[in-house]
Amino acid sequence: MLKLTGVVTHYGPLLVLKSVTLEVRAGEIVCLLGGNASGKSTTMKTILGLVRLTAGRVEFDSQRIDGMPTETIVRRGISLVPEARRIFTRMTVWENLAMGAFTRHKAADLTDDLERVYTLFPRLQERRHQLGGTLSGGEQQMLAIGRALMARPRLLLMDEPSMGLAPVLVDQVFDIIQAINQLGTTILIVEQNAPVALSIASRGYVLQNGRIVVHDTASALLATDHIRRAYLGED
Amino acid sequence: MDNILAILPQQLVFGLALGTVYGLIALGYTMVYGILFMINFAHGEIFMVGAYVGWWALTLLLQAQPGGLHAAWALPLMLLPAMLFTGVLGMGLERFAYRPLYLRGATRLGPLISAVGASFFLQNLVMLTQGARMKVYMTGVLFPRGWRIQVFGASISALVIVMFVVAGLMMWGLHLLVQRTTLGRSIRAVAEDREMAAIMGVNVRRVIAATFFLGSALGGAGGVLVGLYYTQIDFFMGYSAGLKAFTAAVLGGIGNIRGAMLGGLILGLVESLAVTFMNPAYKDVVAFVILILVLVFRPTGLLGETVAEQEKV
Repeated sequence: MLKLTGVVTHYGPLLVLKSVTLEVRAGEIVCLLGGNASGKSTTMKTILGLVRLTAGRVEFDSQRIDGMPTETIVRRGISLVPEARRIFTRMTVWENLAMGAFTRHKAADLTDDLERVYTLFPRLQERRHQLGGTLSGGEQQMLAIGRALMARPRLLLMDEPSMGLAPVLVDQVFDIIQAINQLGTTILIVEQNAPVALSIASRGYVLQNGRIVVHDTASALLATDHIRRAYLGED
Repeated sequence: MDNILAILPQQLVFGLALGTVYGLIALGYTMVYGILFMINFAHGEIFMVGAYVGWWALTLLLQAQPGGLHAAWALPLMLLPAMLFTGVLGMGLERFAYRPLYLRGATRLGPLISAVGASFFLQNLVMLTQGARMKVYMTGVLFPRGWRIQVFGASISALVIVMFVVAGLMMWGLHLLVQRTTLGRSIRAVAEDREMAAIMGVNVRRVIAATFFLGSALGGAGGVLVGLYYTQIDFFMGYSAGLKAFTAAVLGGIGNIRGAMLGGLILGLVESLAVTFMNPAYKDVVAFVILILVLVFRPTGLLGETVAEQEKV
């Protein structure tokens, strides 16, 4: 479904991604692991066209999407739950969700999708008239996920969904991610919290210094000692 | 003192009317700042161009129907072309004078300097094409001097009421647009987090262009109203009106739409009261004293938010 081949990107003169090749097949949960500054978020931004690539290609549904404007890529069915959530703090919960459905216009669909999101996150329905900025961290994460789902994505990108959340909430969020996947959405997760991410993923890639250094099934990655030590930040 | 008390209600109403017009112009500054973090210093000139287009419309109307004009349909026929023209002019400025700079990631100073340049360019363009001498609005044809009402001893002319109502309706319309429509939501989204808005599928450039159109069209409408009120316009009128509207925007909290309306009202009231109690020669000084006081003591303005990242838990 999504295929990156030899992707190279720069921020100004700074080489960030040196060579990233990865694939996400329809229906999968794939995770992209790596430490700080390894290029995980840049990979996400490159997929969405927010960062231009200097070499390589990004394909979605076997069509090249690199070079397209972000809004076109989003319209093709890719949504992002960004790092640090980045909900619109000065808009109500409902307005945030409506922004998520920006690419679609039929009011009837909107009602259906709102219903779906509210079923998944009843808290959001209770707070639908509240400003996004007044929600707790966990609720903001739910809102960020709900907002991304409103676009009815076929591929959902999630950047550090566990960041800054209490352990209880982390488990909840990952349960929800799994539930979303079972409803038919393909998911690519970027995470530092490797054990949790691998526990729900089918395959994983490890990114180090802008290069994919390891690629294997999730269970193999979890079992491999030297990988855990070297790339997953465990002793 | 008795004299002053007698004209006070009148001055208050006048201040309100002037204040709504200041607010109308201030919206252009504040909307552009909210979305691009730049002060569009050419906005005063857009206002001036609006006054000229309104003047032309009135002149043409008078030629077409000598003696038969009625404010009820003549005023919309002046406002509409002025707003369309200035709206497109604002979009043109954004497209050719600012976008090439902000897209290239230049410092914030780049577009600002470009705006000052655009301001001189427009002043000179109007001076060359329309002449340096002032033009006279035939306000009396639309609003005869006798059209006034008496309220609490105040004698209020129909024009002042119309200014207040027109400017107020436009502000209300803008408020509805920004709060209730999809375009309004995307404007707010781009203002808060441009990248995230793009990720939602918003065409950010188009939203910025629309913001320029709206803000400039309101400024153009302000030009027509001010032209009708002062009855004289010239190519330099945008300078002081622009600075005053800018003051109103800063006073209310730049970037904040309700702030611009509030700032405009306060500025209009303070100015008209100052004229009542002091030598009218100091009228313009009042606005700039307010600007300096606000910048020194409350740079975020009355309704402005302190610029601090919200703590994320």
